[in-house]
Amino acid sequence: MAVNTGLAQLSEGLWAAATGMYMLAVVCYTGEYAFGRKGKVASTSPVGRPAMASVSTSVGAGPTTSPTAGGGWSVGAGRIETSRPSGDRWGVLALVLTILGGLIHLSCLVIRGVAVDRVPWGNMYEFTLVVGLIAVVSWLALLIKLPSLRYLGLFVMLPVLLVMFLAGTLYTKATKLVPALQSYWLAIHVSSVATAEGILMVSAAMTILFLIRSRYERVVALSAVSELSAGDGASGAGGSVAVQPDLGRIARLGARLPGSDSLDKAAYRTVAFAFPIYTAGVIFGAIWAEAAWGRYWGWDPKETWAFIAWVIYAMYLHARATAGWKGSRAGYINLLGFAALTFNFFVVNIVISGLHSYAGLN
Amino acid sequence: MASPRRIIRRGWRQLTSMRTALVLLFLLALAAVPGSLLPQRPLNPPKVQSYLDSHGSWGNFLDKIGAFDVFGSIWFVAVYLLLWLSLIGCLIPRITVYAKALRAKPIAAPRHLSRLSENAAFVTRLDPERAAAAVRSTLRPRWRNALRVEEQATGPNRLAISAEKGYSREAGNLVFHVSLLVALVLIAAGRLLSYQGSVIVQQGPGFCNTAPVYDSLHLGRAVSTEKLAKFCIDDLNSFVATYRPDGTAEQFKADVTYSQGLNGAPEHDVITVNHPLRLEGDRVYLLNHGFAPTVTVRSPDGRVTTDTETFLPQDAVYTSEGAFKFQGLGPNGTDLGIQGLFAPDPVDRGNGVIVSGSPQINNPVLAVIAFTGDTSLGDGVAQSVYSLNTSKMKQVGLQNLSLGTNGKYKNVMTLPDGTTITFDGYKQWVTLQVSHDPTQFALLIVAVLMVAGLLGSLAVRRRRLWVRLRVEDVEGSRTLVEVGGLARTDAGNFHTEFESVLAALRTALNAEPADLPVGISAGKD
Ligand code: HEM
Repeated sequence: MAVNTGLAQLSEGLWAAATGMYMLAVVCYTGEYAFGRKGKVASTSPVGRPAMASVSTSVGAGPTTSPTAGGGWSVGAGRIETSRPSGDRWGVLALVLTILGGLIHLSCLVIRGVAVDRVPWGNMYEFTLVVGLIAVVSWLALLIKLPSLRYLGLFVMLPVLLVMFLAGTLYTKATKLVPALQSYWLAIHVSSVATAEGILMVSAAMTILFLIRSRYERVVALSAVSELSAGDGASGAGGSVAVQPDLGRIARLGARLPGSDSLDKAAYRTVAFAFPIYTAGVIFGAIWAEAAWGRYWGWDPKETWAFIAWVIYAMYLHARATAGWKGSRAGYINLLGFAALTFNFFVVNIVISGLHSYAGLN
Repeated sequence: MASPRRIIRRGWRQLTSMRTALVLLFLLALAAVPGSLLPQRPLNPPKVQSYLDSHGSWGNFLDKIGAFDVFGSIWFVAVYLLLWLSLIGCLIPRITVYAKALRAKPIAAPRHLSRLSENAAFVTRLDPERAAAAVRSTLRPRWRNALRVEEQATGPNRLAISAEKGYSREAGNLVFHVSLLVALVLIAAGRLLSYQGSVIVQQGPGFCNTAPVYDSLHLGRAVSTEKLAKFCIDDLNSFVATYRPDGTAEQFKADVTYSQGLNGAPEHDVITVNHPLRLEGDRVYLLNHGFAPTVTVRSPDGRVTTDTETFLPQDAVYTSEGAFKFQGLGPNGTDLGIQGLFAPDPVDRGNGVIVSGSPQINNPVLAVIAFTGDTSLGDGVAQSVYSLNTSKMKQVGLQNLSLGTNGKYKNVMTLPDGTTITFDGYKQWVTLQVSHDPTQFALLIVAVLMVAGLLGSLAVRRRRLWVRLRVEDVEGSRTLVEVGGLARTDAGNFHTEFESVLAALRTALNAEPADLPVGISAGKD
């Protein structure tokens, strides 16, 4: 059966449509972020307090306050739901656009698959599209669990948009598979790895926000202490933000983010969900390698970087359970893990030659 | 003064700490990086050589520290071993602790349940004993629980139920780490016990699995060449490559006859990419393929010599190079040598220079450069069968030879001494790789356990729940029920979960519980 060029073209059109939809979503998210959450900083100042309490918890190690830190955040979540500043309309629109874009994105891949009569992840272009779709889906799934994070969509959809453009530059014509890729392990191995990577991308986005926020909280906690000692206790958390001229841009961004606890939780949950999938994906790859090349592991560059990334994410999980490594340090490990995944995809596929020549670029 | 024993003990404690595990994991990741950036000897020896040639003393330094065989180097193995020891050290105590926790009762209720993050209180008309029974049967399938009597200095004793769930989190975690430990052992054992050989086979008679037949053979340290599994690939009956209309490859198929054991009956299989021939303990893979052209040399004195030689593909479209060496067929007893270039689908680039346009056979051409002189084969120095050593030879002719329609030669090359050379056809050849690793099935099982363990470890959440029952009023007809809950890992949606348990408890304690004797009303108001 030959490639159905009509359908292939339709799929390419849908790529453009999905990308456009995501762009609109990003515009709306920006709108929500710019207009909607102006009031939020003020309205969430009570939420700011438990977050600060959690900072002082980790400093003072008082065991009795730790339950309030977790609870404080979910209370905050409820509050955001009830107070609806005008920007929420932007947010809802952004969400709708994201979902629409996701559906178009999905149909782009499905139709591509039908056009070539195989799974639509046989080269870098297709793989990138799958990872982007999974990122969108896992972001929406995360919102079901933690709906109050919605207004952070900008920070997820911007990377997704970048992924869509990257896919565009990696564009490969719809073709059938070379014999080396004709195996059901392509469906199993690549889909699991792509799924894990899409989720880990969301995790990395959450981690960056977490790092910004926790730096902000450190600064605020310090300045609150100094203000208290100056006898100015009346201004509250919101006021203390206002009187901080030296916070810098990063910290000013931090003021609008949810508490570091919830961002850390989002980053952790996504890794906890993706890590077994990634582990399974690597194992599937090993099983395929045994069937294709005669050994389950040969330290081919692709395999080596998969291993490196796996070990780094295992470090992240350990770091979160190790005193002195929780928090920012664990966050940096998470980012390092994502850097390894990215390196494995772009640099190893394009620059370093190995057995994994599915890139479709050579 | 620290005694050696204390030093050892302290060292062991250090090694088995979580912090050390973190550092070791980091070192493991770091150590693997050069293995992907520098050429590696086990993967690609020529590339290592060219790196060495172009990097002088820097290359030699890297070579000395094992940077061209990272995964077999001392330092990689050292990190691997330390991690293994560290894992043992942290697992033994954790397994004992877990075994104890499984046998122990869930811990006693804290004094003030109302101070827990999740808490509630209500009243029931059941007396404390019956209420306790109802609570326990409500909790039982999912929550491990225990009943304690809390004696009071004044007033009636209270009853307290401690419940806990999520034990399989730690079980999963232990399964994962133990599997990892076993996997590390199996991987190391696999390196010692495995072998891998590859051999080029032309269409026709094959080979038996013995060390000398292999073009390359990697033996694990614990494998002796006499112990190779006994089987033969008796015949490569055919090799077929099919292509799509756009010229891309569709499928490669090697049809083989094989036999197992010493006098096994011949059997049949088709080996394709992704589908090896699986024998008892060994697998045979189709790795590569190519062409082996046949030439006939007719000497002026009437001798006719035919030879078929394997040519190695030089590019993706199978422009292939190789050599023929005929000792004593040149003039005056000298040697005749041929350097050849085979193009399955020739494209003339002008002035007779041929390359291949695609890997599919379409009027193939063999471009021939003939030499006479000394092939140096008698010098006792090993030389490649794929190239001609022309240092003691002189070129005597150059021509493109084609194949006729009926499988015979089309044109003839005539050398100055009257010798003629014709291109009479070609055979296909394949590279077969034989692999043996007795550990890999066990490793697969362990890998599955690792994933299962991970799922348990990361998906299961540990929760504790306490219920305290005490008689509330003087007549003793009402019992106060206090409930408290604590999330031990990642609170997540514990609030919702707690609410649903609470609802179940309310129902069980207000309505008439099923396991109570009939006639005792739980009260309806
Ligand atoms: C000496 C070596 C090791 C020690 C002492 C150790 C210790 C631990 C401990 C105590 C936990 C429980 C953490 C928790 O409940 O959150 C844990 C979890 C875990 N370990 Fe290890 N481990 C070691 C090696 C490894 C290695 C080599 C890996 C994998 C590369 C690994 C992967 C994991 C994973 C994935 C978890 C689950 C994390 C979680 O529950 O959040 N461990 N380890």
